Amino acid sequence: MASSEKKHTPLLHIVKRDPGTLTWGYKLLVRGIAILAALVVCGVLITLLTGENPVVVYGSMISGVFGTSRRVWNMLQGVAILLCVSLAVTPAFKMKFWNIGAEGQVLISGLACVAAMMFLGDVLPLGLLIVVMVAASVLAGMIWAVLPAIFKAYWNTNETLFTLMMNYVATQLVAYFLKVFVKNGSGVLTPMPEFGLPVIGGQAYLLNVLIVLVLTILVYVYLKFSKQGYEITIVGESENTARYIGINVKKVVIRTMLISGAVCGLAGLLLVGGTNHTISTTTVGGRGFTAIMVSWLGKFDPLYMVLTSFLIIFLEMGSQQVSTDFRISSSISSIVTGIILLFIIGCEFFLQYRVVFRKNRKENV
Amino acid sequence: MLAFLVSAIRLGMTFLLGSTGETITEKAGHLNLGIPGVMCVGAACGCYAEYLYFTEVGIDIDPTLAILIPMLAALLGAAAMGLLFSFLTITLRANQNMTGLAITTLGVGMSEYIINEASIIFTKGSRYFRAPLLEIPELEWFGELFLGHGIFVYLALAIALITTYVLNKTRIGLHLRAVGENPATADAAGINVSLYRYVATCVGCGIAGLGGLSFIMDYLKGNWEYCVDAIGWLSIALVIFTVWKPNLAIIGSIVFGALYVASSYIPGVSFAGKELFKMLPYVVTILVLIFTSMRKNRDHQPPQSLGLSYFREER
Amino acid sequence: MERPLALECRGITKTFGSVVANKNCDLQVYHGEILAILGENGSGKTTLMNMVAGIYFPDEGQIYVDGKEVTIASPKDAFSYRIGMIHQHFKLVDVFTACENVALGVEDKGRYRLADVRRKVIEITQRYGFVIDPDKRVADMSVSEKQTVEIIKVLYRGADILILDEPTAVLTPQETEKLFNVLRRMREDNKSVIIITHKLHEVLSLSDRVAVLRRGEYVGTVQTAEADENSLTEMMMGVKVELNIHRSEPKDTKERLVVKNLHSVNDEGKPVLNGVSFTAYSGEILGIAGIAGSGQRELLESIAGLYHLTEGEITYIDPKTDAHENLRDKTPIEIRDLGVRLSFVPEDRLGMGLVGNMDIVDNMMLRSYQKGRGMFLHRREPRDLAQHIIEDLQVVTPGASTPVRQLSGGNVQKVLVGREIAAAPSVLMAAYPVRGLDVNASYTIYNLLNHQKEQGVAVIFVGEDLDVLMELCDRIMVINSGMVTGIVDGRTARKDEIGLLMTKSNKEGE
Repeated sequence: MASSEKKHTPLLHIVKRDPGTLTWGYKLLVRGIAILAALVVCGVLITLLTGENPVVVYGSMISGVFGTSRRVWNMLQGVAILLCVSLAVTPAFKMKFWNIGAEGQVLISGLACVAAMMFLGDVLPLGLLIVVMVAASVLAGMIWAVLPAIFKAYWNTNETLFTLMMNYVATQLVAYFLKVFVKNGSGVLTPMPEFGLPVIGGQAYLLNVLIVLVLTILVYVYLKFSKQGYEITIVGESENTARYIGINVKKVVIRTMLISGAVCGLAGLLLVGGTNHTISTTTVGGRGFTAIMVSWLGKFDPLYMVLTSFLIIFLEMGSQQVSTDFRISSSISSIVTGIILLFIIGCEFFLQYRVVFRKNRKENV
Repeated sequence: MLAFLVSAIRLGMTFLLGSTGETITEKAGHLNLGIPGVMCVGAACGCYAEYLYFTEVGIDIDPTLAILIPMLAALLGAAAMGLLFSFLTITLRANQNMTGLAITTLGVGMSEYIINEASIIFTKGSRYFRAPLLEIPELEWFGELFLGHGIFVYLALAIALITTYVLNKTRIGLHLRAVGENPATADAAGINVSLYRYVATCVGCGIAGLGGLSFIMDYLKGNWEYCVDAIGWLSIALVIFTVWKPNLAIIGSIVFGALYVASSYIPGVSFAGKELFKMLPYVVTILVLIFTSMRKNRDHQPPQSLGLSYFREER
Repeated sequence: MERPLALECRGITKTFGSVVANKNCDLQVYHGEILAILGENGSGKTTLMNMVAGIYFPDEGQIYVDGKEVTIASPKDAFSYRIGMIHQHFKLVDVFTACENVALGVEDKGRYRLADVRRKVIEITQRYGFVIDPDKRVADMSVSEKQTVEIIKVLYRGADILILDEPTAVLTPQETEKLFNVLRRMREDNKSVIIITHKLHEVLSLSDRVAVLRRGEYVGTVQTAEADENSLTEMMMGVKVELNIHRSEPKDTKERLVVKNLHSVNDEGKPVLNGVSFTAYSGEILGIAGIAGSGQRELLESIAGLYHLTEGEITYIDPKTDAHENLRDKTPIEIRDLGVRLSFVPEDRLGMGLVGNMDIVDNMMLRSYQKGRGMFLHRREPRDLAQHIIEDLQVVTPGASTPVRQLSGGNVQKVLVGREIAAAPSVLMAAYPVRGLDVNASYTIYNLLNHQKEQGVAVIFVGEDLDVLMELCDRIMVINSGMVTGIVDGRTARKDEIGLLMTKSNKEGE
């Protein structure tokens, strides 16, 4: 046949790995290399942009996170809040419910919290006020989360877009609230620390950190050892299996999103009641999206997520320090985060596949 | 009223470009949640190129180049982001949703960085983009509504119509749809699945990048605002809305544009009330999502393997 | 041999991870012949042909077309050598019409016009005597129509070497005969036809020569005229195996499950069950035969409480108390809470019966995790059960905490059937329980089912291989388009009789 000229033989091809053959050390190695490679790329990038010695750049990053005890507390606070939002989205994602609306769920709970502080702060004693703040935040988060869940459960409405749109609705509600209730018309609400959560141990952020610590353990136990957690896993793995053993999938979806929303509510409470004591449309600042990646990178395991959220916060704070030290745009921090995320996402390939070089073909006589 | 419609059409074309780009990508089976970031990058690259061009030539500005250079920059910048997304999701078979979100984070950051390097005012350049294609004063409202727009409106319409034609009437379109529906089948039929997905994603991103530029240069008259990503998310919503049909998206995008700008044109709305009105496009999107999910139609389903990586030797 | 070789494989080896699918395989095909490739499930027939068709790429070895060495790195390369393959799982785009599917991937000169494709498709259908509507969407087609589209696709590209992977698995005996006639006509056209199968009688009635594979290795090729069932079986199995399945006489039969007039519609509103009635007795195996998609799945699922019925009654008679329980419209949990011991081995093992990413212990809990008080799981009992099943059924696994996805098909099925039997059922339903299993694992399953029957369980067995059904079952119920077309005695029924019942249309019924 005319076209039977020798064609190029593929030199390498890709083979799926047997997941059982992976050792723990190998997994760690691949991810470690990915993070290192990403740090090198970021270092080179910053060096190119600033003309500084990369070692100085890394030094600036580290000092930005660990330099002073204040920075360390800021870091802990950052990790706590991000981890809290990540814990909130984890049950939903484990169920393969694509909730990208944590941003809005946290924001609306923050709004509920701030409203309670504004209107009831002078009326109620502080103890009761805090109870109301908690209840309002949690309830608001639950409502925001359960709406998409109900429609997903009964009509299979696309939850990704639904939750996304709910973010913007929440943002606009906050904008409206600020325009209506801030009397001076500036749209900026003065913080009300007198109505915030109590400060313990003389450290402003200690309470937040402790609450999130407890929450982490609770969510871990819930997912791993409770019957409801088991149901979440099954619904996420295979809806058919869930049906087969008689799990009411609708109920599980709605229940899980209520829990997810409640934890988002707590995050809102900690952000507004425990940290800022005020609200703006950017209070959540993209944590709702970052949390998804924290959760995914941590394999939906709350214990790993402590590490992944630390990684993200380290990068964010570190590159912010770099941007002030070397006077470059603070947007460098989201660029760095983006690059690292892409590296970690990409490195999964080497855990799932193997590149094989084709053996030399037998010589033809 | 006329100003309202004109403004709705102009903004609508941003949505149209964004959603056409995403439709092409999704038809090939890839869900690109990075489109908001890609549109940011497209807008920023285009603006930066305009800024460079203007500083380079001073007052001696060629109106054609003033349009072409930013467009090309937007196209290339956005397509480069598309290439990154493709490499991760096609070659490395990474999770598409995660990659998309990361691309959006990266893209938003990059666009802010780029804009910081230039300026946030591009009104001078915007004039060239907004220059009416045809100005026939005798036609009055008809002329203003249909003929008086800048280049982007006609470009977006042309791209949407061409895309519809290519998808439905050509062999390339047939193959592209097959790749998105059932890559194993397409592969067995001798179609290069990876190539189609790469090209579709990059072309889609390029088009969406133009959309980002049109938002700044046409709708915002050259005043940079940090909200291109919101427009990107709405563009993705528009894809579902218009059931993966770019020709339907023409109408859908104008409706979206109208909803988005409505708050500025409805008389008697207070300053605060405007914030509530700005909810409109999002609330309507939710309602339409609910409505379409309640009445299922087999013709209006997403490509079957949307969001799934393809690995030939999967066993 | 004076005839020229159309295709030759030499020393082909292919591995997937640690599994060797093909080891040093040879194969020769002439123009104008039908070659059967015979082998058990998992013997590497499909993998070998996939390499010829460009789906996989061999690790070692060469392929020759018309005597010249070729490199087939993609299906496109295969087409350029006029090789076309009809896969067992059809490679068709559901939302496309027959014509659009045929046009896929074809790089004709000139502009793409569907009308031209259509004309050529009609030409082919007329030449080989197919019956197909070129504008029908694949999603609306029956299995045999889909197969026809696949064959037309390959012919449209002018293939001279046609490979068919288990083409008769989904066809009725009548449709099979029609297909064989088409293939014989192709042989007259001087085309080479390769048919992959494990059915001996088809090999003998159709092919000119038979190539046999065993566990990925090439055993040899023989002239069909010089072979018989016994010699081929021996080649296939290595050693002679007793093919008989032990079947005891049912004893002490009592009504256990009475199903009356079941009606149901699918998501699209089309009827899938049209008045199914039957009774399952304790201590017997009731077989269910029928073309794929005749309502078998829906029938079993509706009994298990997973499928919504529009009409009908399902009555369970308790073996101890003789109480009658109506199971209709009850969820699986409600059925269990009634004390009904109903076990169900679904067709889709890893997608329904088990969760692939969970380990054996957690899969054991699927049916019983609700047991025990409190909101937390109790893992001790399932852990013991897992250990038990691994030992009793000789499940090959590194341990009880291995995700079941990593087990081989046979071991996965042992885990699933083991769990369902561990619930001490009084009714056991199994859908295609030996699909994809090798002979040894299949016999393990047959023995388990037989054992259950002897324990007085009412066993319902949905199968596709009529030979197995006739050797295993006491009674065989045949269904077609959601209707029972007949119930025959498994010991006396003839194959053609069952085949006819499988295709009997609604009007001829009753």
